[in-house]
Amino acid sequence: MFRDALLVAGKDLRIEVRSKVVLNQIGPFSLVVLLLFAFALDPDRGFLQEATPGLFWIAVLLSALVVVQRSYALESVDAGRDALRLSGLDPAGVFLGKAGASFVVLMALEVGLIIGVRLMYGASLRGWPLLLVTTLTATVGLVAAGTIYGALAAGLRVRETLLPLLFLPVVAPVMIGGTRAFGAALDGSSAEGWRWCGLLGTFAVAYVALGMLLFESLLEDS
Amino acid sequence: MTTTVQPAATAPRATRSAAPTSTGSRFTRVLGVVALAMLCLQLALALVISPPDVLQGDAVRLFYLHVPMAITGGYLGVGLLAIGSIGYLWKRTAFWDLLAASAAELALLFTGLTLVTGSLWGRPVWGTYWEWDPRLTLTAVLFLLLIGYRAMRSATLDPHLRARRSAVIGLLAAADVPLIRLSVDWWRGLHQTATINPLDTALDGLMLFTFFFSMVTFAVIFVWLLVHRFRLAWLDEQVAAHSLEDAIAERRAEAEAAGSPGPTGSAGATGSAGASAASGPGSAVATAPAAGTTHDGGAS
Repeated sequence: MFRDALLVAGKDLRIEVRSKVVLNQIGPFSLVVLLLFAFALDPDRGFLQEATPGLFWIAVLLSALVVVQRSYALESVDAGRDALRLSGLDPAGVFLGKAGASFVVLMALEVGLIIGVRLMYGASLRGWPLLLVTTLTATVGLVAAGTIYGALAAGLRVRETLLPLLFLPVVAPVMIGGTRAFGAALDGSSAEGWRWCGLLGTFAVAYVALGMLLFESLLEDS
Repeated sequence: MTTTVQPAATAPRATRSAAPTSTGSRFTRVLGVVALAMLCLQLALALVISPPDVLQGDAVRLFYLHVPMAITGGYLGVGLLAIGSIGYLWKRTAFWDLLAASAAELALLFTGLTLVTGSLWGRPVWGTYWEWDPRLTLTAVLFLLLIGYRAMRSATLDPHLRARRSAVIGLLAAADVPLIRLSVDWWRGLHQTATINPLDTALDGLMLFTFFFSMVTFAVIFVWLLVHRFRLAWLDEQVAAHSLEDAIAERRAEAEAAGSPGPTGSAGATGSAGASAASGPGSAVATAPAAGTTHDGGAS
């Protein structure tokens, strides 16, 4: 299963390295989002700094959506989905592989976003252990949920419009948990933040488990 | 309330003569009358007979509608959606799929009504239509999840694909609810004192009775609607599965009735069968029960 996961993740990441869609399109997209927040909220009055945790996680959520869409767009051409299904790879492995590749991509985007909020919003990065653990657990949860919902929407004519509707309400706990944990870290009140981390961890474990369990049903259809 | 579907005289339907042709049965007729009677009594109790609340005044009467709707939609509806989804993934039969679909639709209806009645209650009592109360937020997210489920069901015509994918979505939505609940509870709970709960204040005997009677009434209405919706969904599937065959058979019969089924005649019959499938007897059958559902929904 883990060998299959590495194969699939390797394939997705190799395509990314060669096509450079993440570097040329998705990365700049998340920076555009940061810019838009600055336009919406007056940058001189400290709103941006105050709202940094929330704005950061909205930017992450939107980026995650694009990453998931990209992850399944890779296979929409040349009957890639059929090929993956016929390859005989373990469905749980395929799930872990696709989620793993998205994890790497999304983590890279988040590093860019962290640097972005540090430089552009003037956010201080106190309490970095909490920030790091929050980012890791939240990202696992996001890519696990995203990979399931991406598969659910894949191959349908309405996939681009259906995916955000399915995905975004489901990750409400990640949005709330990530924002609160970041807020706690930046305020220096870590104890509350770790509790939120626990919730993010539960979400991540639940969705990884559900994904491994349900992916077989999702790979079945054309 | 029943909607009877007349089988088209020309189409051969011998194989389906035993199948139900309406969304009602003797059971639903009895249940419908019981539900109607209970609803009349419930409304009389809630709106007229029970006393106004000491703090909330007459606004408390909305609770006799709001809370039962929230509970039947949120617990009964979503619970059945989860059971139906798991059942489908396990057994792979249309029964479980249609059960999940019917329950989800009713859950959507009741959750929507919960939001509306909640907002109407919030205006006089809280002073705003919307408050970021944990339960309100949870209901709103649940409403969106159920809309997503419905969107998935209408995204494809392939019944197997639809059943499989919507079962996964139903299961995930139900599994997500406890997590959302926990997160919104903490989210608001950490910064806000407890919200007003109708059960916190001591209810007097008649109010308590009205409250529980309302619960039972809405549960009965829910079951009645569920049976109708399930049978409608089942009939819909039958229509979808048979409409093309029926249309072809009907055109053939027409061609034979016109006489001289020569090579040109049969070619014409086959050609027109495909073109007229959309307006054949199948779609006539499909529209009849659909009208029945709208009526059911309006009656509740």
